Amino acid sequence: MFKFFLVKLAQLVPTFIGVTIVAFAFIRLLPGDPILLMAGERGISAERYAELKAQMGFDRSLVAQYFDFLKGLLHGDLGNSLVTHSPVMDEFMSRFPATLELSLFALAFAVIIGLPAGVLAAVKRGKTLDHTVMGVSLTGYSMPIFWWGLLLIMLFSSTLGWTPVSGRISFLYFIDSVTGFMTIDSLIAGDWGAFLSALHHLVLPAIVLGTIPLAVIARQTRSSMLEVLGEDYVRTARAKGLSNFRVIMVHTLRNALISVVTVIGLQVGLLLAGAILTETIFSWPGIGKWMIDAISRRDYPSVQGGLVLIAFIVMIVNLLVDIAYGVINPRIRH
Amino acid sequence: MALLDIEGLSVRFQTSSGLFAAVEGVNINVDRGEVWSIVGESGSGKSVSMLATMGLLPWTAQVTADKMAFDGQDLQQLSSRQRRRIVGGEMSMIFQEPMSSLNPCFTVGTQIDEMIKQHLGGSRKERHERALDLLAQVGIPDPARRIKAYPHQLSGGMSQRVMIAMAISCNPRLLIADEPTTALDVTIQAQILELLLRLQEDTGMALILITHDMGVVAETAKHVVVQYAGRQVEKQDVKSLFANPRHPYTEALLSALPERAGDQDRLPTIPGVVPGQHDRPTGCLFNPRCRYATEHCREVEPVAAPDDPARTLCHYPLEDGISPSPAAAGVARDNPQSSPHREVRP
Repeated sequence: MFKFFLVKLAQLVPTFIGVTIVAFAFIRLLPGDPILLMAGERGISAERYAELKAQMGFDRSLVAQYFDFLKGLLHGDLGNSLVTHSPVMDEFMSRFPATLELSLFALAFAVIIGLPAGVLAAVKRGKTLDHTVMGVSLTGYSMPIFWWGLLLIMLFSSTLGWTPVSGRISFLYFIDSVTGFMTIDSLIAGDWGAFLSALHHLVLPAIVLGTIPLAVIARQTRSSMLEVLGEDYVRTARAKGLSNFRVIMVHTLRNALISVVTVIGLQVGLLLAGAILTETIFSWPGIGKWMIDAISRRDYPSVQGGLVLIAFIVMIVNLLVDIAYGVINPRIRH
Repeated sequence: MALLDIEGLSVRFQTSSGLFAAVEGVNINVDRGEVWSIVGESGSGKSVSMLATMGLLPWTAQVTADKMAFDGQDLQQLSSRQRRRIVGGEMSMIFQEPMSSLNPCFTVGTQIDEMIKQHLGGSRKERHERALDLLAQVGIPDPARRIKAYPHQLSGGMSQRVMIAMAISCNPRLLIADEPTTALDVTIQAQILELLLRLQEDTGMALILITHDMGVVAETAKHVVVQYAGRQVEKQDVKSLFANPRHPYTEALLSALPERAGDQDRLPTIPGVVPGQHDRPTGCLFNPRCRYATEHCREVEPVAAPDDPARTLCHYPLEDGISPSPAAAGVARDNPQSSPHREVRP
């Protein structure tokens, strides 16, 4: 198992190098120039432009710039934002908990509803329940996040007034940041009202962000369950005189989970991508919104640093998924 | 009272082109401690009829029977909970593909333990001891180590032994073995059959062996049911079946045995294949392949004569190896050269 882990870890290295190249190149391929954008409509003199360019290091060759970036990266230094001049790492870390909290709630929503829905659909194959679950999940999957978010805001926030429109917590509460998770911090502070407020703010964005993963998980669970239900060992389990519940939940689901876990792992990348839209709609102060701002300002260090960090997180999650595989599937472990 | 008493068992599947009768009119009555065999080619409905008995068919299957009783209990009247107490406990089954019949996610020990826990109960330690005993009983070396193994770490023969250990773990009174040796290589086949027969003798349970190997039938069974295309065509005790087959299909199966082929260069075969759902002939289902078939056979479906103990499903059951069929005139049993189906080089 330990060797399995090391091999998987080693496989991450080339991927990570590739990511740094893409992140570095991506922002530079976009038309526009951070210095000109900073200067605004009045423009800037040629001398001042050259001076700033040298100061920011953009006068050097791209290769040299890339290796500077790589060198900094190895020291854990992603450079400073061109706009705020504070370290990119700090900027990222101060916003990341918000995104993580949102993504975890979205994923929990997707798994808690998607998995049982998929199992039920498979067990009731061809019945009304199956068609309903699959129809709803196809609708959810096809729903553009932007539109779906706005629909929910219109219904629950404007018309019904059940949830707030934006932000993470009501302005009435001030909570010390310990974990960066509003829900947990408010519980640590023992402030029940703040916790409910944080939860209220979280519900809609988590549903919006979790809808597509929910649909994917439900469909994958259903097809994987159907496949496993036809296996010989499921017939053996029935031949043992086990209850239907045990046959489904132990013998079938355990095997079906192997492919479902892969899909859940893949959703994490999608969640972080989806977070950019969701955070923009709900003014959620996470890295999605921060990245959008950084791109529009051509803040090179923030964009490349942010991309590398997000990619790194996705890679770590995939590593965890691979390990989860080994735990679920003895054929990989041994 | 027979242990397993089945009369007129039928299994129909709802398909896109209508109802398909995979099994029709199967009768079997196994007494305590008896060894039965069900033979027939692939597609004869042997497995389906036994899966129906165990209640293991998918919900698309419609199982009906005039009588379907285990030890006096009507299996059709039992609730699914009551039936599960019999299935696995008193009546258990092993399958064709041992490698895929064990759940890859659980150890051998867990899978045996689960069955004992379901039917016999007992403390964890007692169950563990029993599982070890069972593994030793089915001839698995080093049970203490194997009990922790996962199915992918076992060979096919080992897996089948584990399946057998599991099937006998709750002292069943009837064991159904569905072609238990088909997926194994020849040397292992003999060992597994020997094991099954030894266990049958030791425990006194009844055994139903599904096979398409007449040689296995001769060595193991006391009673034989011959099935063809879902119909039971003949039922006899093994000695009279081999001496005096009543149905032309049985006769053809027997003459395909290498031991009976004598000094012919080529083994006799039965031309054609078992008809499937879409190519069922009219009249007797065996008529396109039967060398005694007449116009009558091609038009009218045969029924078993009420006074025939073998319940032969044939218009012209063989008597002492001779067919009374008018078509048999030109077919002499002892002269294979004259048979239109037999290709024998001089």
